[in-house]
Amino acid sequence: MWFRQENIEKNTFLLVILTILTVAVGGIVEAVPLFTIESTVEHVKGVRPYSPLELRGRDIYVREGCYLCHSQQIRALRDEVERYGHYSLAAESMYDHPFQWGSKRIGPDLARVGGKYSNAWHYAHLTYPQSLVPESLMPRYAFLAQTPLRTDDIEARMRVNRIIGVPYTDDDLANAKADLLAQANPRASAATLVARYPKANTVPGAPSGPTEMDALVAYLQVLGTMVDFADTSTEKLQQ
Amino acid sequence: MAEAAALHGTGYREVVYNEAIVKKCVIATMFWGIVAFTLGVYIATELAWPQFNLGLSFINFGRLRPVHTSAAIFAFGGSALLGTSFYVVQRTCRARLFGGDALANFVFWGYQFFIVMAALSYVMGFSQSQEYAEPEWHIDLWLTVVWVCYAVVFIGTVVKRQEPHIYVANWFYIAFILTVAILHIGNNIAIPVSVFGAKSYPVAGGVQNALIQWWYGHNAVGFFLTAGFLGMMYYFIPKAANRPVYSYRLSVVHFWSLIFLYIWAGPHHLHWTALPDWTQTLGMAFSIMLWMPSWGGMINGLMTLSGAWDKLRTDPGLRFSVTAVGFYGMSTFEGPVMAIRDVNALSHYTDWTVGHVHSGALGWVAFITFGAIYYLVPVLWKRTGLYSVKLAAWHYWIATLGIVCYISSMWVAGIMQGLMWRAYDKFGFLQYSFAESVVAVHPYYVIRMLGGVLFLTGGLIMVYNLVRTVRSPETARPAILPAGVALAGE
Repeated sequence: MWFRQENIEKNTFLLVILTILTVAVGGIVEAVPLFTIESTVEHVKGVRPYSPLELRGRDIYVREGCYLCHSQQIRALRDEVERYGHYSLAAESMYDHPFQWGSKRIGPDLARVGGKYSNAWHYAHLTYPQSLVPESLMPRYAFLAQTPLRTDDIEARMRVNRIIGVPYTDDDLANAKADLLAQANPRASAATLVARYPKANTVPGAPSGPTEMDALVAYLQVLGTMVDFADTSTEKLQQ
Repeated sequence: MAEAAALHGTGYREVVYNEAIVKKCVIATMFWGIVAFTLGVYIATELAWPQFNLGLSFINFGRLRPVHTSAAIFAFGGSALLGTSFYVVQRTCRARLFGGDALANFVFWGYQFFIVMAALSYVMGFSQSQEYAEPEWHIDLWLTVVWVCYAVVFIGTVVKRQEPHIYVANWFYIAFILTVAILHIGNNIAIPVSVFGAKSYPVAGGVQNALIQWWYGHNAVGFFLTAGFLGMMYYFIPKAANRPVYSYRLSVVHFWSLIFLYIWAGPHHLHWTALPDWTQTLGMAFSIMLWMPSWGGMINGLMTLSGAWDKLRTDPGLRFSVTAVGFYGMSTFEGPVMAIRDVNALSHYTDWTVGHVHSGALGWVAFITFGAIYYLVPVLWKRTGLYSVKLAAWHYWIATLGIVCYISSMWVAGIMQGLMWRAYDKFGFLQYSFAESVVAVHPYYVIRMLGGVLFLTGGLIMVYNLVRTVRSPETARPAILPAGVALAGE
């Protein structure tokens, strides 16, 4: 019989093929159904793609490795729900490429930090965290306020997101740059922006154009605010 | 040739091994080890005293931590795996590396280039922010090319072996090389914004991205940091102890059950999250099953010393290897315990996880590597022995004390965080703010940093000792044997 260890360990080809087959099983069984079982991502109202400025803010969050200290995943445990709010739903991160659930809380969870503090608080905190939270271990991110936000490739970024499944419309793409600038300019009318991206939070910006900190604050302020929990029930959230 | 074969009386062709490539890898391992330990100490200092971030973007904790983890896992661990696998495969197959010296050199230098590129990219602000898979798409593509060449060199050498059987260490190295290739490609499928820019977006998002990431992340531990280093265990412990592997049957069971079960365990990183319960349960069940092959391997490694335990007194390299197997046993027991959902409810997001990782990384990965290096340097550089056995003993005790400081402080910090976050006062309100838990762990963060300093000190002692081993006239061997012929201790 060929299927014996004494044959496998004398035949490189057999050893290679059987090793690959052995390690393939677990991954296939666990990953494939997540793409095919429809209830994996709950059907809830309100989750929308990120606005252009929020998307850029998210890119900065990803670039700086914020996830190494801040999770974005409230577990279905009593104390977490009381501390941070409703447990996180799969639907809330369905447009997140990459996901930023994190694995360590050196700082608190940020899944529902949106709206918890004012914009001004976030600017001051990012600039010098210990000025507001003396116990904090967070590094200073003052340099973000000095770095102008790159805006010329926003449409390309949104287009790639559309290819991988984020439902940006042609209209969203065409207005990408205008929407981005409008969200960082309190003097501009936010009506069309909010029509496209409900609950988008306008940030102060600067006359010379938005900074990276503006984008990051816009992103932080939308986290966890999209789903209307009054509109849903436990049965609807069953996976 | 015919003469040499007759000399050995075995009928094997005489082979001159490529030892130059192994030497390069050993030097790289020591260099990156010191880099990784130093960075670890620095970021531990940043966590104890955040002023050490200095307000500079490129040394902020968020950018430096991936440099530390990549330096430890991929640079230090990876160079050790390249070097030992090249050494072991040649000797257990009686064959010079397949593909010629040029291909082996390309694998070595290509891999070093990958490490430098990755580290520079993190500090400059390019990261996918997927844990242990931070490099952006262009660096991932480069690594794929290098890795395929590595697989060709290694498997090609196995194919042209003179021994009828493939030795057990090589099964583990093959599983490591193949599975890391699959994981690396599977977890890094992304679309760049522009071919001229570094930024990309991964194709999978949200919950699917989470599962794929931890399928990758957990098996980076399982295959990079476990299977590969088990290959090291199965060669260097029997060699140093001069005993055969304890049980052939156990190594067969160990190999197939370990590689089958490991792959399933990833979802234990996602307990109580938005990942569906069935996936979490599968991950938990397989994590607990994984305890058995892990301890099977540990027993096989330890029992190999039967009749040779006295060597622990005289051979400091073997002492490192055996202690490494002990730490392996401890970590692979702690892991399944932490994978139980109710334990994980307490331990997840806390420093307990960080301590667990380091008992594996420092106790198992680094110690088994130190054992192999102490064995290899005198052999490769043709010396009579180590410059100083006493210094190696100092390294051993200082590093062990460092690990004890590290993991025990993280146990205390982690369990305290977990308990504080879920504590209620008598009125039924949460008792502590998050900030209070941050203050409470400060002393343990300082102890952790000091543990790191001890471990780094041990590493520096090792480098000094080994440089003296190569350079010192006291360890020089009288040059009477013809060059290229393998010497005692091969």
